[in-house]
Amino acid sequence: MSGMNTQQRLDALRGATPPRPHDARAIAALAANPGCTRRALMDGAGADKDAAARHLGFPAPFGQSPFAITRGNVFESLVKADGCAELLRMLRELLGLPIAEVAYHDVENVGAHLRHAHTRALIDRAARDAQDAGTLYDHPLLTLRIAGHTAYLEPDVVAFQLGGRFHIVEIKSFAVIDGQADPAAVAAAARQAAVYVLALRTLLEELGHDPLQVSHDVVLVCPENFANRPVATLVDVRKQLAVLRRQLTRMTTLDRLLEGLPDDLTFDLLPGEDGRPTRPVAELADALRRTTARYAPDCLSTCDLCFFCRDEARQEGASDLLGRQVRDELGGVGSVAEALGLADGARDPAAGQEEIARLLRNAERLRRECLT
Amino acid sequence: MGVPGVSLLTSLARLRALDEGIAQPIATVRHCHLRDQPMVFIPLKLSGEAAAPLAAMLGTERDRPRLLVVSQPRNRDLRFAWAAELAGVLLPYIARFLADTETVERRGADPYERALDAPQLIVPNAAGVAFTRLLGRSTRFRRADGPYPVPDVVPLLGRWLTYFGERAAYPGSSLMLAATEELGRHWASGQSSLEDANLAALLGWITEGPSDAAEDPLIWPPAGPATDPGFDAEVLAPAIDSGSAERITEALRSQLEPTWRLMWQAIDLLAGLEAGASVAQRWEQDRGSFSGMAQSIAEGAPPQARRDGAIAAAAKLARMERAQAGYEVQRAYDDPLIMAEYRLTGEAFAGEVIETVPDNVEGEGRSRKLRPLVVIKTDDPVRLPPGASLGTPQRRGQGAELVSADEGLVTVKITKGMGRGKTPTPGAVPEVGERVCYTSLTDDFQGSPNLPDAEATPWTHGGPPQHHAAEHTPDDEDAQEEWS
Ligand code: SF4
Repeated sequence: MSGMNTQQRLDALRGATPPRPHDARAIAALAANPGCTRRALMDGAGADKDAAARHLGFPAPFGQSPFAITRGNVFESLVKADGCAELLRMLRELLGLPIAEVAYHDVENVGAHLRHAHTRALIDRAARDAQDAGTLYDHPLLTLRIAGHTAYLEPDVVAFQLGGRFHIVEIKSFAVIDGQADPAAVAAAARQAAVYVLALRTLLEELGHDPLQVSHDVVLVCPENFANRPVATLVDVRKQLAVLRRQLTRMTTLDRLLEGLPDDLTFDLLPGEDGRPTRPVAELADALRRTTARYAPDCLSTCDLCFFCRDEARQEGASDLLGRQVRDELGGVGSVAEALGLADGARDPAAGQEEIARLLRNAERLRRECLT
Repeated sequence: MGVPGVSLLTSLARLRALDEGIAQPIATVRHCHLRDQPMVFIPLKLSGEAAAPLAAMLGTERDRPRLLVVSQPRNRDLRFAWAAELAGVLLPYIARFLADTETVERRGADPYERALDAPQLIVPNAAGVAFTRLLGRSTRFRRADGPYPVPDVVPLLGRWLTYFGERAAYPGSSLMLAATEELGRHWASGQSSLEDANLAALLGWITEGPSDAAEDPLIWPPAGPATDPGFDAEVLAPAIDSGSAERITEALRSQLEPTWRLMWQAIDLLAGLEAGASVAQRWEQDRGSFSGMAQSIAEGAPPQARRDGAIAAAAKLARMERAQAGYEVQRAYDDPLIMAEYRLTGEAFAGEVIETVPDNVEGEGRSRKLRPLVVIKTDDPVRLPPGASLGTPQRRGQGAELVSADEGLVTVKITKGMGRGKTPTPGAVPEVGERVCYTSLTDDFQGSPNLPDAEATPWTHGGPPQHHAAEHTPDDEDAQEEWS
């Protein structure tokens, strides 16, 4: 081990590839697979997982249709038009607040390197002054400690503040039809909003304010029915917050994860002059394999590296491939060959496996009986 | 519908599939009804929109698919024209089944007319069902008159699509099936249930083994309703911009044709299985429900409400739970491989009869009762207490009771369904050497009237429409709702 500190080692892991701030998907997925060392390290280092997956020949299946993007942009600009007039109308109704007029700060207009400092200053001022008229902060740059490391969050949200109380406002383009929306989409939005609530609370706390000035009720703005008209709904994200907090604390800190790894380990893509990666693919794959993954089918919707990790799980014959339910059902028997060996009786159960082995043998007997 | 229940037997089948590189059966009979000439329906929607149709391929004959395309997807009027075209195919198909009916007598209620046969819609996946429901929602409140008139078949189509979409959620119903869900109920692939939602991938596992091509949208475009984002960007968007209806049509045909072939392959696979014993009975309920819906439309009932009221919702939930329980019991009775799940958990056992006492009696004098005894030798781990009441798939009308279970020998006594004489009716008591199965899993399906109770059934499932009408009468605003 050399004398490098954690930050230096993380920088080395990322190498010359420019760091990537966390986008919406990464943020929503932060708590999805907390046991995965590979992702914790890549996210911690700000490595570009998407570029890495493409270079490895396993591009992530997360393309977005231009129609969906256009629709999303049209809807967002509609909500934000005329200094967020439409948004204000909805907030007034939803929160029952006498909001006369509010200031609008688009933090994005500030240079990137200043954005976080600027966000801090703005929020600090607002939290201090309870008499302040309402303010909307668009594109605030927040940070969150993930696995002992500061991650920047690039939210497509608005923070709304009135009288020292903050609400996170999330604009999504999935429709709410007759008061109901796609549960998976709502759940993802709530998980994502919880990350912002936590980040904003953390910021307030750091600034010496009461973190509970940030409401756990987030404002979700979606198109209603089949039209473009927006509708705002309050979503209580307390549950998501609790899960997120628990999982973030459970994530081992990055220095611990780095401990067993060689100093020269790097996920560097060695971008050439044109920005294209020049790192030999086999070498990059090797580097990734040095870190432990924890593949689950959920990765297919949350992590850029999913096809690479699924391929690895296939080669290892891991029962993880079949999903958590199967995994749970197998009670800790991790490999396909092992489980089938126990079922066939070709393998003796290890200590603690007697019960699952008995069940598997019985299941195998029953399947044979019924299928012959 | 929903993800087939995960059990250790299914998990084991998935492991085996993964190991052998081919899907494994998890059912020995077919648990859904499959009619000849089902209406295969593959809808596509415009990405980013809730329910904007793009195209559909549909038809009842595999060599004659109809392709309906919204030739300019951003044009709202063309969406309604498309819906009218769709109505032109679906409504006559539905109407085919309205003429021939049978009169069904009911206890305590007027007899009613039930269609002798019913339509069947098959879509690729659960998302196809959800989209069908949304299409129904976005069209059923329209009006043929007023400020935003639509062709008059459109609201009628909307009501039927809503009906089919809702009925698909009813456990055991076969009026609308999702191919991936039905395949997944009969075969375990070596991938996760999440990945099973990909029709090409699941069929690959069942027929030839997994292949990466199934996930390559250039080889197997997604089975809808969402299109491949790459296709949207590189093919569809330029085609739309070109304004050429022909180019758009051909682009969409290229996305639908592969799925069309897969759909019929899925139907062939399911048709290759013999139908389970209770399938006809569930289809009969489907026919009753279908007739109820047709009748409520004929009687001028309003379109389905936007949302169920609290009472209706609670009643529906209770009904669905009962249907789910009944469906599970029926599947187990119909299929030894499903029953095996219950044998594994000790709620059922099977084995060979090694001894019988057919003329065993209990009690004295007038209360003397015939209670034949059967001793079964089993390898199953029986976890049933003495006195547990039992049923058996081999003799469905029969009731039995567990007397004792010990060391692989189980004694049961038959309490019902062996005749009223001094000796049991011939065949009522299994012979020594016969293989039998007994289970604590019972359902009143054996003797129950196979008709839904009209008063307790909402009009969507064949009941009276009156209370629903009160909850929401669609108004002009509904009819003019934007579809942009
Ligand atoms: S895809 Fe791989 S790196 Fe990403 S979370 Fe899953 S296992 Fe970890």
